[in-house]
Amino acid sequence: MWNMWYDPNFRWVLAGSVLLGVAGGAIGAFSLLRKRSLLGDVLAHAALPGVCVAFLLAGSKEPFPLLAGAAASGLLGVYAVDVITRWSRLKEETALGVVLTVFFGVGVVLLTWIQHSGAGNQSGLDSFLFGQSATLVQKDVAAIGAVAAVLIAALFLFFKEFKLLCFDRGFGEGLGFPMRFIDGLLMSLIVLSVVIGLQAVGVVLMAALLITPGVAARYWTERLDVMLLLSGLFGGFSGAMGTVFSALAPRLPTGPLIVLTATAVFLVSLVAAPRRGLVAKGLRLWSLRRKVARENLLRDVYEAYETELEQPVLADEAILSRGVDFDQLLSGVSSARLQGRSRAARRLMREGLIRIESREGRNVCVLTPKGLEAAWDVVHRHRLWEMFLTHEADLQADHVDRDADTIEHFLTPDLVEALERLLSVHHREPRLLPSVHPLGAHGRKE
Amino acid sequence: MNAVETSLNNHAGRRPEEVAIEVHDLSVAYHKRPVIWGIDFQLPSGKLVGVVGPNGAGKSTLLKAILGLVPPASGWVKIYGQPYHTQRRRVGYVPQRESVDWDFPTNAFDVVLMGRYGHLGLFRRPGKQDREIAWECLRRVGMTDFAQRQISQLSGGQQQRVFLARALAQDADVYFMDEPFAGVDAATEKAILELLSTLRDQGKTVVVVHHDLQTVLQYFDWVILLNMRLVACGPTREVFTAENLQQTYGGRLTVLADAAHTVSIS
Repeated sequence: MWNMWYDPNFRWVLAGSVLLGVAGGAIGAFSLLRKRSLLGDVLAHAALPGVCVAFLLAGSKEPFPLLAGAAASGLLGVYAVDVITRWSRLKEETALGVVLTVFFGVGVVLLTWIQHSGAGNQSGLDSFLFGQSATLVQKDVAAIGAVAAVLIAALFLFFKEFKLLCFDRGFGEGLGFPMRFIDGLLMSLIVLSVVIGLQAVGVVLMAALLITPGVAARYWTERLDVMLLLSGLFGGFSGAMGTVFSALAPRLPTGPLIVLTATAVFLVSLVAAPRRGLVAKGLRLWSLRRKVARENLLRDVYEAYETELEQPVLADEAILSRGVDFDQLLSGVSSARLQGRSRAARRLMREGLIRIESREGRNVCVLTPKGLEAAWDVVHRHRLWEMFLTHEADLQADHVDRDADTIEHFLTPDLVEALERLLSVHHREPRLLPSVHPLGAHGRKE
Repeated sequence: MNAVETSLNNHAGRRPEEVAIEVHDLSVAYHKRPVIWGIDFQLPSGKLVGVVGPNGAGKSTLLKAILGLVPPASGWVKIYGQPYHTQRRRVGYVPQRESVDWDFPTNAFDVVLMGRYGHLGLFRRPGKQDREIAWECLRRVGMTDFAQRQISQLSGGQQQRVFLARALAQDADVYFMDEPFAGVDAATEKAILELLSTLRDQGKTVVVVHHDLQTVLQYFDWVILLNMRLVACGPTREVFTAENLQQTYGGRLTVLADAAHTVSIS
C-alpha cells in the first residue's frame, strides 16, 4: 500500500498539490477578507471557454496556451462583472451570477463540441472541470512551484499594504498608498492562483480551495499573520491528504478529495476551535447558566432571610437557623428553570453552603456561615451593579469593562465607595452581615 | 461685522507660512446636485477649529473633499502652501466610525500601529520605534488595557479612542476629525478635548466637525459655519454670532435662542 511513496510520479503530484494548496489557501485568506471570494469562483468558471478556445487555436494540449486562455477569459469575466455593475441597475451579486453561469455555459458547449469532434476525443480538456493533478509531471510542478513562490513572496512583501486594503482602504489612501494599484495587485494574485489551481481541482471546485482554508483558519486566531499562516497550512495539508487518499483509492479523483479534505478541516475547526468553535461556545453557555442559577438561588435565599430584618445585623446561629421556606423558593420559578434550580440546590448542599431540613412537613433551607459569606458576596455585587446601572450617567461609565465578573475589579475604589453610599441611601445595602468578614475587607470603613 | 467683512479681515495681513490650510472655490456635487459650493477659507496653524452647520450642510463632505476622498467639481486645497497631494504625510484623518471591517482579525494595538505605515512607505515593516510610538499613543488615549482586544469587542467610545490613537501615531501636522465627540460619554469627551487641545498647543491645526452648538464657544478657537455655502470662518468670538447662526441654520429658532444666549452671556 505504501509503494506509492516510491513512485516518483506520485511524489511530483504530491508536491504540486501541496504547493497549489498552500498558495491557494494563503491568497484565499486575503480574497476572503477583501470580500472577493465569489469573484474567485466567477474567475474559475469563466476560465472554461478560454481553455477551449485556446485549445482550438493552439491545436495542442500544451499547458501554457491553455492556462493563458484560462487567464484571459477569466479576466474578461471579471471585467464583465464590473461593467454590468457600473452600467446597469443590477447589483454585484446578480452580475456575478449572470457572468458565472453564462461563461460557464458557453464553456460547456464548446467543451462538448470539441469532444464530439475528431481531435477532441483525446483532448483531456474535461480534466479542467474537476482537476487532474494525477497528470502532473516534473516540469509542471516546477512551473507551479515557481508561481507559488512568487505568490508567497508577494504576500510577504505587500503584507501591510494588503492589510490596509482589506481593513481600511480609505485610511490607506489618506496615507498616500496607491490603493488602486494594490487592489489590482491582489486581484492579479487571485487570478494567478486560480489559473494554476485549475489543474489540481478544476473549474468547478476552485472556489472551495480559495475559501475553505481561509474560513477554517479564521476560527483559530484573531491575528492576521497567524490566520494567513494557518490557511496556507490547511490548504497544503488538504492538497497532500487529497492526493494520498486518491492514490490509495485509484478510482477516486484527486480534485474532489482535496476539496473534501479542506471541508473536513473546516468542520473540525467549526466544532473544536478554542474560542470560536461550537463546543467552546456551548461550554461557555452551559457554564454561564450554571453560575447564574447558583447565584440566583443564593440571592433568593438571602433575600428571604432579609425580609425579616429592618436594619443590618451581624448574623448569628440563631438567625441563620431560622431558615427560609424552600418549597416557596422552588415554586417561585418557571418550570423551565425548576430543574436548573434543584440542581443548583444540590450543588450548594454538596459545597456545604446550605442545608435542607424537614420541619413540620415543610422543607426549610438554612444558610451555613460559609453559605452566608458566599450569598452576601453575590448580593452585594449584584446590588452594586444595579446601583451603577441606574445611576450610570452620574458616575463614570468610562471606567467599566463590559465583561467584568467582579465589579470591584473594574471600578476604581472611590467609585465603589460612591456606589456603596448610594446603596445605603436607597436602603439597598445587604442587611444580613457575615460575622467572619471584617467590614474593612470590602473597602468599607468601620 | 457681517460674514464677508470678517472673512476679508482674516485674509488680510497673514504671512504665508502661518496658513495651515487654504481652500479655494471648493465645490462638490452628487448627481448634479450641489452639496458644498464655492467654499473659500484659510486657517492659521495652531488652532482648534470647529465646523458646524445643520444636518445635510455638507460638513462631512467638506472634509472628504479636502482630503480627496470625494472628487470636487471645482476648487483646490493647499496645506502649508503646497498642493494637498504632496502633503499627505502631514495630514491625519479620523472619520466617523462606520467605514471599517469590524470583524477583521486585528486588535487595538495593531490598528494604532497602522498609523505608522505612512512613515514606512512600501515594503518596510514596522520596527521597534514604531511599536513604542503606537504604545505611547494608546497610553495617551487610555486604552493600554485593551491593546490585545479584537476591535469588535470594544465599546463605541473605546473604538473611537483607538482610531484617535491611530491618528496620533501618524504624527501629522494637520488633523481632520469627523464628529469625534458623537456618541461618547462625558468622561471620554473631556479626555478627547484635552488631547486635541494638547495638539493645538503643539502648533498643530485640528479641524473638527462638531454637532453640539452648546459647546462650540467653550471648545474651539476658530469656527467655520457651513450650510452648503460658507457662512463664516474666523475666531469663534467674532464669528459665532446670532446673525451668522441665523444665516446658517435658517428657521431653527429654538436652537438659535440657546446658542445666542450662550454667546451673549460670554
